[in-house]
Parts: sequence; C-alpha cells; structure tokens
Amino acid sequence: MTTPAGGSRITEVLNVQENELLQEWIAEQRQSGAARPDLIAAADLQDQGREFLGLLRQAVQSGEFSNINIPAWSGVRDLLTELSRTRARLGFAPSEVATFVFSFKQPLFAALQKAHAGAPDGFISDIWTVTQMLDKLGLLTTEAYLKSREEIIARHQEEMMELSTPVVQLWQGIVALPIIGTLDSARTQIVMENLLQAIVDTGSEIAIIDITGVPTVDTLVSQHLLKTVAAARLMGAECIISGIRPQIAQTIVHLGVELNDVITKATLASAFALALQKRGMTVAKVSQIKS
Amino acid sequence: MSVWKSETMPIRTQADIVHVRQAVRTWSVDAGMRLVDQTKIVTAASELARNTLEYGGGGELLLEALSESVRVGLRLTFTDHGPGIPDLELALKDGWTSGGGMGMGLSGSKRLSNEFEIESQVGVGTTVRITRWK
Repeated sequence: MTTPAGGSRITEVLNVQENELLQEWIAEQRQSGAARPDLIAAADLQDQGREFLGLLRQAVQSGEFSNINIPAWSGVRDLLTELSRTRARLGFAPSEVATFVFSFKQPLFAALQKAHAGAPDGFISDIWTVTQMLDKLGLLTTEAYLKSREEIIARHQEEMMELSTPVVQLWQGIVALPIIGTLDSARTQIVMENLLQAIVDTGSEIAIIDITGVPTVDTLVSQHLLKTVAAARLMGAECIISGIRPQIAQTIVHLGVELNDVITKATLASAFALALQKRGMTVAKVSQIKS
Repeated sequence: MSVWKSETMPIRTQADIVHVRQAVRTWSVDAGMRLVDQTKIVTAASELARNTLEYGGGGELLLEALSESVRVGLRLTFTDHGPGIPDLELALKDGWTSGGGMGMGLSGSKRLSNEFEIESQVGVGTTVRITRWK
C-alpha cells in the first residue's frame, strides 16, 4: 500500500468530491476542444465521465496507483480501451482521445491542493502519484487508439486482396483476368489460383490476362506472368497477355525480359478477337451476315 | 550540377517497394519526364528496391532531383548493409541470379538508366546509384 508521507488524500478527494470533479472535468474537456460536440452528445460525455470516475474510485481503493496492470484496475483499463476504440471509429484525433484522461489533471490537482491546505508535505507526493497514474492511463488510450486503427487498416488490406482479382468469362471457352494494381507476391498467388480454378470450372481453352491496370511491369511481375502462363498451359489452356502499352513494351525490351513464347496484344479487344478466331468464331455486323 | 530536392526512404518491407515506386513516379512526373522515361525509371527503381530488400536485407533509397544547365534528372541511390556482392561482373550478367529471380534486374536497370554505378564490398554492403535525365 502506497502511503506517502504527510498522508495521501487522493482516495478521499475522489470519494467525496466526485460530482464537483466531474463538472469541472467536463468543462475542461469542452474548453480544450477535445470534447468534440459534433461527434459525441453532451449526455454521453457526462455518462462516460461518470463511469470513469466510478471505476477509478474503485481502482484506487486497492491502494495501488502506479501499476495499472493489476486486476483492481481492469475496469478502468477496459473502459478506456473501449472508449478509445469507439472514438477512433467516430473520427477523433489521437490527441483528443488522450485529452479525455489528461484534462482530468487540472480539476484533480485543484481539489488536492484544497484538501492539503495547510499541510503541503503530502501535496507534492500526491501530485506526483496522480501525474504518474494519469499519464499511464493517457498512454493506454493512445495505444488502444492505434491498435484499433491498425485493425481497420489490416481489414482493408484483406478486403482489397479479395476484391481485386475477379476472373470473368467472356465467351464459352474464354476467360479473362483483368489485373489492377501491383502484382506483388501475396496477391499474385491469389491471382494465379483464381485463374487456374476458373479455367477448370468453365472448361476454358483460352485465358486472357489483361495488365492494362498494372502500372509497372518489372522482372518479378514478368516472372509471375510467365509462371501463370506455363501453369495454364500444363492444364491445356492457352494464355494471351493483353494491355501491353507502348511505354511498357519499351521498358520490357530494355529490361531484357523475353516474352517470346507468350502471345501478347496491346488491348483486351484485340486479344478477345484473337481468342474468338482461335475458337473458330468471329464477331460480325448483322448487315454483313447473309441470310 | 545541383541537387534541388532530396528525400530518404526506408526499404524494409514489401510495402516500402510500392511506396518507392509511387514516390519515383511522382518525382519523375514533377521533373516533366515523358511517360516512357517515367516508366523506365520507375521499373528500374522497383528492381533495385527489391534487390535491396531481398539480397541486402533492407536498406534505404536516397531520391534526388538534379538540374544541370538546361537538363533535369533524377538520381536514385540504393544502399544496404547486407552481405555484398563478391563478383560484380557476374552479378551484372543477364540471366545470372543468386536467388530465385530471372537474373535480369540489375543488368536491366542498368539498361533502363542513363548512368549506372555500383559499389559493393563483401560483408559491408552494396550501393547502387542510377541517374536518368529528362
């Protein structure tokens, strides 16, 4: 149990002056601009503050102020973690979330000063204890905030991975895979699997890989493309790579990559025309067809 | 010749390679390069950044915008503190690789740039510097 010289009045102040502290604290939050009335209702702010004070009061009964990782503090920790997550989603800045805790310093310091009037010995040590405690709680909110942001980013990345590789059937026996974005290893694996699976599912003999949406074709991308073409060939399907723009063509030549064994076309339209031709079909105007 | 803008970028993860490509593209557009030249320097940067990460164990890129009398250009310096390259002549040969790649990256990026310098010391690291003028 922490009992600073001169007697600690922290527990007493929190017990007796809860309401005054809450009102001053909320006023402080409003003044600092961290209350964000545009994102959170005044009643909710009041409730959150009251809940925090209630849990804080219970936590300090343990007598432990510096180690907030013990079970007695779990209520406060959970509340702050949840609060940070919610506020991260609502669009609070990290500093605004941390200010929720830090803005409590001013009313608490003022209350402690009054409680220690005439006996300044314990005041300094109480201030130090409270500062350490609130700093730790403030850092906790920042950590929780960042963690929830990271979770959101990781989820977006996974969603992108799923979204970006649809295989479409253009005609009977012809599938196309329009690739958009970068072709780095993790995605390439999915692209390749999707295409090979689609070839089996549709019984296609021709697969068109369109790279119009790939901004950079370097040796790794080329290698991935060549491997996909080789794998498709093993399954009895022929690949056409389309969307080779002039600047990409010139770069590939300088790079020294050889795509000699692969049929390539400048546009998806010409690749499709070639695929139809290989299947013994053509697209013609109705007026040209003799009845 | 003067450097009027420079930036250092870390190359530690796969995502950093994407950032390098995007930054080099933005800088080449700002330098007023044509689309072909943009594509060439971005592709060379992609190759060298991947080498830095995969063979050098990570490092950094120094991106510099140059101007010399009437011409402007970009200079990219890739530095790592990896194992180094024991035989530079062999490493620059088309089709030779110590890893699983095509063996065209280093020689290819040399062909994609106007100036190419490489320094490597076994056990110390490798520095590759390329320049492309508009």
